[in-house]
Parts: sequence; structure tokens; C-alpha cells
Amino acid sequence: MSIRVKYFASLRDRLGRAEDELESGRATTIAEVWQALWPDTPMPANTLAAVNLEYQDPDYPVNDGDEVAFFPPVTGG
Amino acid sequence: MHIEIREQAFDPWQTLAHYQESRDGLHGKFGATASFVGTMRDFNEGDSVQGMTLEHYPAMTERHLQHILTAAHERWPLLDALVVHRVGRLQPHDPIVLVAVWTAHRGAAFEACRFIMEDLKHKAPFWKQESLDDGQQRWVERNTAG
Repeated sequence: MSIRVKYFASLRDRLGRAEDELESGRATTIAEVWQALWPDTPMPANTLAAVNLEYQDPDYPVNDGDEVAFFPPVTGG
Repeated sequence: MHIEIREQAFDPWQTLAHYQESRDGLHGKFGATASFVGTMRDFNEGDSVQGMTLEHYPAMTERHLQHILTAAHERWPLLDALVVHRVGRLQPHDPIVLVAVWTAHRGAAFEACRFIMEDLKHKAPFWKQESLDDGQQRWVERNTAG
């Protein structure tokens, strides 16, 4: 099992891909998911994160089977 | 309450009228309807804009809009609410978003409509990418002050 990771909009363009998959043992929080996948790229300061479609803070725990998303400030409406 | 994310262009006034007519429970009960329509401009940040692509995070968008309507419902005595939002490719003058609320009295209608729209602008996971005159694609990085 693993954690599914999605990127949206300008962040996806900047990173060069829309999705990642991470073995669930490699991260216990949102911040650790980013660090495990992007060890050489600090998370941009304005990045927002969601777990299973709900906004969460970087220290929020992640578990096997979760969907984690990273994205820039929203600009709808 | 109804939420719709759509790829196709829409006429917000027809949409509003059809929705209101379709809601039998509203007849005779509402005294106030407040609506907001957001429309695409042909300028932004001092540049002329040819078109726009609106991206969203499917499933999270619908879920978050549902949260917004639930929060509005807890704060004001809403009889009904409607949110329609475009995604995909848009041209200047295309309607982007429609928010409408129905209440017994005007105060709640005005306030709830504004609340829903502001929360949508600041939290619903949509992103705009503009096409400029020189062919450049530019992500919109922040909302206007409103």
C-alpha cells in the first residue's frame, strides 16, 4: 500500500509532474511526504495541502491509502 | 441546495430562473433572492487577456463548496442556495460563477450570498491560467481585492 500524491496548477508545472506515489512507511505527516519526495526542493511558502480532500496543516498525520494534495493559493470565482 | 461544476458555457440568468421554478418548496416562501455573477474580463494586472483555462481539484471542489453551503446554512435561515462554476476554456465575457440564495428577508440573502462568494474565492480549489496577447500562458497567483 502507499500514499497517493497530487500536484495542481502552477506547482504541478514547476515540479514537472501531476502525481507521485510514496510507500506509506516513508512519511507520517504531510510535511514528511513533501520531504521524502522532494528532498532538494523546499516546499514553496504559500503552498496549501489537503489530505483526502480536506485542507490540513503540514503536521497533520498521513496513513496508508491516503490521498495527499499540494497546490498554490486558489484563484477561482 | 445545488452545486454544479461545468465544462460548458452557461447563461446564469436562465440557470437561476430555471432552478427557482424547479423548486416547488420555494413558491410563496421566499421574499428575497440575492445573486452574484462573476464574468471573465479581457484585462488583468495591466495586460490584455485573450482567454483563460480554469482548472480544479475534482471531488475536493464539490466537497468544499458543500462545506461552504452548510456553513452558510448554519449562520442564516436559507431556504435554498445555488452555486454554478465553470471550468475548462473560457473567453472574455463568459460567465465564470453564479451564486444565488433564497431567504424570507433581504438581510440574510445579501449577507449569505457575500459569505458564500468570499469563501469560494479564498478556499475552493480552482486555479486560473490566462492566455495573453503574445501567446504567453500565465497562472493567476492571487485574487483581486474584491
